[in-house]
Amino acid sequence: MPEKKTSLRGVFVNGILNENPTFRLVLGVCPTLAATTSATNGLGMGLAATFVLVGSNAVISMLRNLIPDKVRIPAFIVVISTFVTIVQMLIQAFVPALYDALGLFIPLIVVNCIILARAEAFAAKNPVIPSAVDGLGMGLGFTAALLLIGSIREILGSGTIFGNAVFGPSFEPMLLVIMAPGGFIVFGLVLGIINAIVNRASARKGAKA
Amino acid sequence: MEFTLTNFLLFMVNCILTNNFIFSRYLGCCPFLGVSSKVETAAGMGIAVTFVMGIASLFTYMVYHYILVPLGLEYLITISFILVIAALVQFVEMFMKKGMPALYNALGIYLPLITTNCAVLGAAILNIDNQYNMLWSVLNGVFGALGFLLAIVLMAGVRERLETSNIPKSFKGFPISLIIAGLMSVAFLGFAGLGGM
Repeated sequence: MPEKKTSLRGVFVNGILNENPTFRLVLGVCPTLAATTSATNGLGMGLAATFVLVGSNAVISMLRNLIPDKVRIPAFIVVISTFVTIVQMLIQAFVPALYDALGLFIPLIVVNCIILARAEAFAAKNPVIPSAVDGLGMGLGFTAALLLIGSIREILGSGTIFGNAVFGPSFEPMLLVIMAPGGFIVFGLVLGIINAIVNRASARKGAKA
Repeated sequence: MEFTLTNFLLFMVNCILTNNFIFSRYLGCCPFLGVSSKVETAAGMGIAVTFVMGIASLFTYMVYHYILVPLGLEYLITISFILVIAALVQFVEMFMKKGMPALYNALGIYLPLITTNCAVLGAAILNIDNQYNMLWSVLNGVFGALGFLLAIVLMAGVRERLETSNIPKSFKGFPISLIIAGLMSVAFLGFAGLGGM
């Protein structure tokens, strides 16, 4: 079935590019700001959210015909928080350093709007495999965004990337970028630049057509 | 922590200014950016959050210490807290509709949004992590939410003026709001050390 294959790929790419949850839909702002003090934290947060997204999308899609419409939101929340508890235990057991760095924001994946939004908008209406692929695409799009912002903040704020020094010893790190205000400002600038690129690309496409 | 006037005032300054939920802890950013285009709606949202966060802190404290700990089920904290908060928001909504229709008309539309406000769940988990007793938990919820109210009203004030200013097209909306939030956050850094906790 070649037709289904392309649509699966479309679903996957959609989450990473066209509907990137962070840059295009601007969902899940809190973890984007809090977990990007370094590239490693951003990557860890992104992958944890991806795991929850794939798992909850798949399970919700399996149960979509069993859950009564009126109580669907609480039911979704229970499924999502089950996966969040699993991922929290896994991180605590295997990557304790990441657990300490992300702290409060691991349980807060439950209230990340991306996950509930995908459950409601996609998994509740589609079969299992496309839902899982949608979760994977959205999760990787989120991870890519966190990795980008985390890298920028780590390079400017502490002069390292994944803990390795990139500049010589004479580099004076811009502490502000790592501190709370830096998160808002870097995210705002990156978002603005990406908007500018998208606007220019769509203007060019419009001119051609 | 002992309950004295000094501690109380220090705690208040600490929650509202020094460790502001939005500007230094990044909690509750979605409603902060989503509902801050007008001062009136921002204030409504802030007051509704204050109301729910105070009650939610009390109930989650009781659920944790009187149900989860005696049964040895601490690992269910995330699931149980989010369900308590979701149920509580429903009850508050129903109660307001019957008992306080005036307040309901003013705040009703914001209530369903509060379930997914990470500041509420964040405050509840922080109370447990910091081992506050019941009184400090409720105060942490209420003062934290007042800090949120302050932040969102300030933000709405700036964004109302932004309407008429000339911003590059790509930066309209979210990007410029984030940068403004960053600048405000720099200002709030000035409170660092105040409150001494």
